[in-house]
Amino acid sequence: MSGFARHLASGAVIAHFNGLEADLLRSLASQLVELLHNEQAVEDVSPDPLRAMLDFTGPVSEPDDPVLARLFPNAYRDDEEAAADFRRYTEGGLRDGKARAASTVIDCLEEAGLPEQLTEEGLVIDVELDPATAEVWLRSFTDIRLALAVRLGVEEDDEAYWHSLPDDDPRVQAHDIYDWMGYLQETLVTALA
Amino acid sequence: MSATSPAEVDPTLAPDEITFLAKPWVTIVWNDPVNLMSYVTYVFRTYFGYPKEKAEKLMLEVHEQGRSVVSTGTREDMERDVQAMHEYGLWATMEKAS
Repeated sequence: MSGFARHLASGAVIAHFNGLEADLLRSLASQLVELLHNEQAVEDVSPDPLRAMLDFTGPVSEPDDPVLARLFPNAYRDDEEAAADFRRYTEGGLRDGKARAASTVIDCLEEAGLPEQLTEEGLVIDVELDPATAEVWLRSFTDIRLALAVRLGVEEDDEAYWHSLPDDDPRVQAHDIYDWMGYLQETLVTALA
Repeated sequence: MSATSPAEVDPTLAPDEITFLAKPWVTIVWNDPVNLMSYVTYVFRTYFGYPKEKAEKLMLEVHEQGRSVVSTGTREDMERDVQAMHEYGLWATMEKAS
C-alpha cells in the first residue's frame, strides 16, 4: 500500500488497504474507544451555579492510566485547583470527541467493505474520505499513535534501541505497527496540507 | 484575536504595558517524541490560521527548544486554545505571561 493521496478532481482523500491492514486499524481504533469509555468522565450539565459548585462527578485529577494521562494532560503545571477546574469542564467532551473520531474510522472501514470477521483473502478496502472526515482520521491516528507510544515507552531519537532488539521480541512487532501508523499519518498530513 | 477598543486604553500606559494588560496569558506547546513535525505544523496552520512560515517556526521551536508559546490572549481564550490542542493530541499547557 502507498498511504493516503488526494484525488485532485474530487478533493477526496483516498487510500487502499488490504484486509489485514484494515482489520488492524479497526482493532486499534476499537481499543481506543474502549479505553476512553473506561472510568468515563461525566459532564457537568447543571445550570444551577450552586449545584454546579457542589458537583463532583466530573474528573478533577489526572487519569491513572498513563495513556489517558497523556491524552488529557494537566492544562496548568503549577496550579492544581485551576487544573482540576479545567479538567472538570473539558475532559468529558474531549473523551467523547476522541471516542467519536475513533468510531468514525471504524465506520468508514466497514462502510468501505471490511466485514465483521476477516475471512476472505485478497480483500482490498478502498477508503474515500471528504476532507473533514480525513481530518477526523488524522486526529484519531494521533491518539492511536500516542497510545501505542506510551505503552511501548517510545522516546525521542530511540530508533537505534528498537533496531537493536531481537526480531522475536514481541515489542518489535508492536513498534513496527507504531512506525506504520506514523507513515500512514505522514501521507495523510501531506494529502490534507 | 481580540482587540482592545481605543476608548478603553489608559493613555499613560506605554504600548508594551497595554499589550501586557490586554493579553496576560499564553498557551505553550511542549515537545513530545510522538507527534510528527508535519502534523504539528498542520495543526498550527489549521487551528490558529498561521501562515506556513510562522507555523514552521513555532514547530521548530517546540522540536528544538522543547516548548513554544503558540498563542497569547485572555485566560478564556487560552483555555479554548489548550482544549483545542488537546483535541489534536498536542501536549499544551497555559500560564500567565511572564
